[in-house]
Amino acid sequence: MTLFERAPGDRALSVIEVTRRARQLIEGGFTRIWVRGEITGFKAYRSGHWYFTLRDRYAQARCVMWRSDNQGRPAPAEGTQVFVEAQPTVWEEKGELRLTVRQLIPTDAAGLWQLKLEAARAALERDGLLDPARKRPLPAFPSCLALVTSPDGAALEDILAVLRRRWPAIEVLLIPARVQGEGAEAELLQALACIGRLPQVELAIVGRGGGSREDLWVFNEERVARAVARVPVPVISAVGHETDVTLTDLVADYRAPTPSAAAEAAVPDRRAVAHQVDVLARRLAHALSRRAAVGRERLDRTADRLEVAIRSHLEARAHRLARLAAALDALSPLKVLERGYAVARDPSGAVLKRVAQFTPGKPFRLTVSDGDVAATAGRSP
Amino acid sequence: MSRPSFREELMRLEAIVRALEQEDLDLDRALALFEEGVARLKTARELLAQSELTVKRVLEASDGTLGTGGTDL
Repeated sequence: MTLFERAPGDRALSVIEVTRRARQLIEGGFTRIWVRGEITGFKAYRSGHWYFTLRDRYAQARCVMWRSDNQGRPAPAEGTQVFVEAQPTVWEEKGELRLTVRQLIPTDAAGLWQLKLEAARAALERDGLLDPARKRPLPAFPSCLALVTSPDGAALEDILAVLRRRWPAIEVLLIPARVQGEGAEAELLQALACIGRLPQVELAIVGRGGGSREDLWVFNEERVARAVARVPVPVISAVGHETDVTLTDLVADYRAPTPSAAAEAAVPDRRAVAHQVDVLARRLAHALSRRAAVGRERLDRTADRLEVAIRSHLEARAHRLARLAAALDALSPLKVLERGYAVARDPSGAVLKRVAQFTPGKPFRLTVSDGDVAATAGRSP
Repeated sequence: MSRPSFREELMRLEAIVRALEQEDLDLDRALALFEEGVARLKTARELLAQSELTVKRVLEASDGTLGTGGTDL
């Protein structure tokens, strides 16, 4: 039920009830906000509290800044353009909308940027997103790169030119996003979220060319920095020039000072790699010829051993043959005759081995070692 | 779409060269490694010789799916 929906018959509210409930609603409806406007009707009370009105062309709001918040600050001059960090509330006693101001920075000091940056930086730090241990190494030879930048910006051409020169074998997926002005934050958030849905991507570059602080500001948005931290592959940031460091740079895995430097960091130089490959090719050829030489040497050694083996085999054979020949020689009948034996043969030459083969009075021959002798068998004893 | 990973090619090539240089391989194995090394050198050199950069533009369709289109960039 909303505050003012009451039927006429209900109990009427007291004024303080209305303003109190209005205050509760207003305070609950706003977290602390930054408001920009011009100071008018400034008054510093003796209590130390400051009262003033913040206005622009269309509206105004009463403001109070307590002594505890304004201590040590110079009082702003009438008409100064300022940023205030404030909690909107309702001043119950007067029934007025009022901003309770905590911080007040003249816009020409551009302090708001700094403050907002510091607040966002502190939040990122608290969540561990600035921890150097979070930083992932870049792949040595990425084959697919996601590039989040403006399709019309100078950064795109700079990056592509370096990639063409150093490592054209890479595939570039351009995820276009506005990088400044209205809608840039939403487009960057969407583009960064896309990267995780492209499985072939191994590395991402996010960035833009140089510009004013306002131009680069979207890269200081806390949500953009958090989206960079959520990208599942290593991210190289390249925002503006050397001296511009944004929250996106702090969260990225590698901060490049310029878009060209980002491309240099993303890919190796193919001339250096070609040299490395040539060295490997030479080592490969050398290793094989060395291996072949070892093989040849081993083959030679094997042949030597084979020859030795065959020769000794043959020699063994020859030796055995000689021994066999000697044995054969020993078995020859002539050798037996040399030892004093004789062979008896009848006139036809048949060897007479038994007594029965001799006929008394019949001639036979005796062969002894150096010739034959004619003989005649006598009577048996 | 699927390109040989240059890193893998190079790492394998280095492993092959080291094996041929250091290990006492039998000749068949050494020759097989050498042939593989030559093939990988060829792939690596082809990749290095590639001169045309591929740039595609990622487009999100109304149904939320992502597509890529060629570009003249």
